[in-house]
Formats: sequence, structure tokens, C-alpha cells
Amino acid sequence: MTALTFTRARSFIRTPGRLGKAGTASAVVIALAVLAALFGPWLAPDNPELPDLQIAWVGPVGGHPLGFDFQGRDVLSRLLAGAQSSMLGPLVVVALAMAGGAAFALIAAWRRGATDAFISSGMDVLFAFPGILLAVLATTVFGAGLTAAAVALSVAYLPYVARVLRAGALRERSQPYVQALEVQGASVWRICLGHILPNMSRMIVAQATVLFGYAMVDLAAISFLGLGVQPPAPNWGVMISENQPGIMQGYPLPALSAALCVVAVVIAVNVLGERLLEREEVR
Amino acid sequence: MLVGSLLVASFVIFGALFLAPGSAIAALSGGRALPAASVAILNQRYHLNDPFFTQYWYWLDGAVHGNLGISITLRENVSTLIGNRIWTTAGLVLYASLIICVAGIALGVLAGLRPGWLDTSTLVTTAVTAAIPSFVASIVLITVFAVKLGWFPALATGTGGGFLSNLRTFTLPAVALALSSLAIVARVTRAAIREEADREHVQTAISRGIPARQVIQRHILRNAAIPITTVSAITVASLIAVSAVVETAFSMNGLGAYLVQAAQSKDLAVVQGISLVLVTAFVVVNLIADLLYAVLDPRVKLGARAS
Repeated sequence: MTALTFTRARSFIRTPGRLGKAGTASAVVIALAVLAALFGPWLAPDNPELPDLQIAWVGPVGGHPLGFDFQGRDVLSRLLAGAQSSMLGPLVVVALAMAGGAAFALIAAWRRGATDAFISSGMDVLFAFPGILLAVLATTVFGAGLTAAAVALSVAYLPYVARVLRAGALRERSQPYVQALEVQGASVWRICLGHILPNMSRMIVAQATVLFGYAMVDLAAISFLGLGVQPPAPNWGVMISENQPGIMQGYPLPALSAALCVVAVVIAVNVLGERLLEREEVR
Repeated sequence: MLVGSLLVASFVIFGALFLAPGSAIAALSGGRALPAASVAILNQRYHLNDPFFTQYWYWLDGAVHGNLGISITLRENVSTLIGNRIWTTAGLVLYASLIICVAGIALGVLAGLRPGWLDTSTLVTTAVTAAIPSFVASIVLITVFAVKLGWFPALATGTGGGFLSNLRTFTLPAVALALSSLAIVARVTRAAIREEADREHVQTAISRGIPARQVIQRHILRNAAIPITTVSAITVASLIAVSAVVETAFSMNGLGAYLVQAAQSKDLAVVQGISLVLVTAFVVVNLIADLLYAVLDPRVKLGARAS
């Protein structure tokens, strides 16, 4: 027992060293994005929503390293202020999808039989709805906005999460320690939430990381389509779509800098997620 | 199974939009106040006072017979509107699928069979391109190939003219749609090839002096075909929804872009109709993938459920 805890603790401590160059760079990118999401509005040097049409499309000048957008707003300020909705949206999607997926997985693995079959076939129907389509449907019903889009996306991701977690939960369910707890008279809640779920935590973290990348891309796409975050509120997806005309007119910087933010965070999350999944598989 | 999922999906689509706020009469009249007699006629014609399930039945019955109702913004049959746009979307998705299957699999096979600089550079490039969303790919491609170089048109609004001019118009959107999936397919193909090449039966075949070409074709590719088909089918199916984004970016006159416009203007009949078409396409592509497994892998029996 001591040896086991010892090796696990050591491997945990050594984790940062095993990230490698790409992993470290990814961690830095994510840390920057999180900082921007937390403090962006205060870090922004200019008002991100105040238009000044006289300086629309003006390129980089001193103090404004990325120039001005189609309404003459400072691009850097809008990027910083827009980090919040761009990062928070996917976080909500991941949290909802993981919570729902884990709940369904645990119920299916615990009850098995008919309950499991019922949940699995319900998930099969959800598979028929691509995330973006479900989000478009939701925004038609509830009106365009980040909330409707985020909830719809988390529902669309539910079957993917539930499928992976169900396999993990079934594996844990058949472990002798679960039987031992049952014999000792531990309640279902305590076994599921206190023992099975913590044992699946690595798997959950790995899945959540991978899912964050997908959620970020899909939510940005929905905002790009005009169904997510509504302008003039700053958001990376919105910035790409509202500054797209600039590309034709020879001012690609505002749209491309927002695009770069999305891509950088998604690559970083993917690299990190891949590392975590590999570790999960090795185990 | 196919009919079952489509039925449930159609129920979800109809039910969700049934809940949408706003009265159907107001939408039909364009917000004007109507005399009671007209309201009664409209109620009767569109079955607005019938119970939910009856209305669903009328809609489903119409949908099966190609009648999806009338668009409130364009005052035209939804099926006609869909018919006008479906080939743009189908062409775009097929073109992109072709790019993914040819380039993605070729790249993956080459990288898998030849470790070295090609493999390393493929791994790095695909890691980056896999993370590029379709709308980012669209604007980057427009910036470089349409605005800077002028090789392709920036917008794909017009689709008249011969096949070749359409091909040129569709190339940038198709590449934008294909890019990230291509990278994913290439990565999975490479991994599958690598895994099969390390198998003992391949080592045996090589040590018995079987020509490399035959080993690759009959021992490596044949076995790697299953994961490759899986990932190709999943990514091709996912293109169907993402096409909305690319169509919007290139102002194409396709189903996806029209779906987004209809969602913004709350044109419910159009949203229902297009959603039904897209979900059907999505389910059918997945079904074709399932059929392909059974062909590729004799161990998979149709109708048997994987646990």
C-alpha cells in the first residue's frame, strides 16, 4: 500500500517534467488565455465597445499593436475583453456535458440491464444530432445567445461523454472493492460518488480537456454564424465574422488576430488532452 | 434502427420548434391584425388548433410526401427552397469528402510506411491543421488565395456556368471544409498503419520473403482499413453540419447558410425542413459506414450490437 501511494505520488510530481516542449508551450498558452479571461476587461487599454468610425481599419500604431477594427475599436482591447466569453462558454459546455455524462454513465453501470439499455438507446438518438445543428435549433427556439448555444452543445456532446465514461464506470463496477463496499453496507451514493467517481477522475479530466477544444471550436463557429454572443459584445468568434469584410478590402489583421487566438488555445488544449489520454491508456 | 432514429429525431425537431415562442397566426399574417373569420380559416388550413400529436402527424405525413410547409419569409414551398439549394451543399460536402479520403488517407499511409522526416513533418502539420476551425480556414484561404493571389473567387455566390467554373468556385470552400478532418484522418491512418506494420503476422510475411508490395496491400492495408473507414465516415458525417459555417463564410447559396438565416428570422418551417434533411443525411452516412464495416470485417455481423 505504502509503495503504491509512493509511486503514484512520485509520478504525479514528475508530470510537469514529462510534458515536453510542446506540452510546456501549451500550458503557457492556456495560462495566458485563462489570465485574459479572468482579468481581460481590466487589462484592456481601450474601451472595447466604443466605436470611432474615423479610425476604422487603421493599422498598427504606437500603443495599439494590432490596429483598429471595422468600427475603429482597438483590436487588442477587444481580444482581451473577448477572452472571457470565448473561454467561459466552452467551460460551461464541458462542465454540463461531463456532469450529465457522468450521471448517465454511473446510473447505467450501476443498474445495468434495462436501465442501461434505455439510456444507451436514448444516447443513440442524440448521436443523430450534430452539435452545430442542435445549437441552431436551440437558438431558434430560445433566441440567439451564448446560453442557449452552450446548453445545446453540451446536450449534443452528452452521448460521446456518456459512452466513454460508461465503459470506465462498468470497469470500476466489477472491481472487488465495490463488492466489498456493498457487503459492508455502504450506500449507493457513497460508493458511486465517494469511490467510483474519484477512481475515474483521470479519465474524466482527460475527456474534459479534449472536449474543451471541440466546444471552443463549435461555440466560436456559432458566434461566427451570428447565433451565439451578440455584437457589440466582444468575442473571438464574433470578431472574426464582423471583421471578415476587411479581408476583401486588404485589412485582414483584425479578423486574423482573433482567429489566431482561437487556434492557439485549441492547439494547446489538444496537445495537453492528447498527453492526458496517453497517460490514461498507459494506466 | 434507421427508421426508428429518424422518427425520434423528427419528433425532437418538430417538438422543439413547436415550443418556440410566438404565434403562428402572427407569423403568417406578418404581424397584422386579422378578422376573426380569416384567423379561423388559417387555423383550419394549418391545423393550428389541433392537438400536438395530430399536428406532428400532419407535418410528418407531409414531409414523407415531400411537402414541408411554407416559408413565412419567402412565401414559397419549403421543399422547393430546399431543392434549389441542396445541390450546392451536396456538391460542397462530396468535394470535401473526396479531398479528405484521397489526400488524408494517402498522407497517412505514406507517413505510416516511411518513418523519417516525412512522418515527422506530417505529424507536426496535422497537429496544427487539426485544430484549425472551418471558419478560420475559410478566412485564411480567402486572404491568401483569393485576395492576395487571385487564383480563386473569394465568394461563391454564383454557381451558374459550366462544371469547370463551378469546380473553381467550390475549391476554396471545399478545402476549408476538409482541412481539419483531413488532418484527423491522416493521423488516424498513420497510427493504424504503424500498428498493423508492427504485428507479428506482418513480420512473419516479411521474413518469408513475400514482396513488400504484397505485404503492404494484403497484410497492412487490409487490416488497417477498418479504423480508417471508421474515422473517415465519422468526419465525413460531421461535414454535413459544419457546411453551414463554410457556406456562410463564402456567402454560398446552400442549405446550411439558409438554415442559419431561417434561424435568425424565426422561419420555423424552413428550420424544421432543413434540420430534417441534414439529420437524415447524417444518419444515412453513419448507416453506410456500418454497412462498410460488415464488408471489411467479416467478424462484424449486421444487426449485432457492439457492447
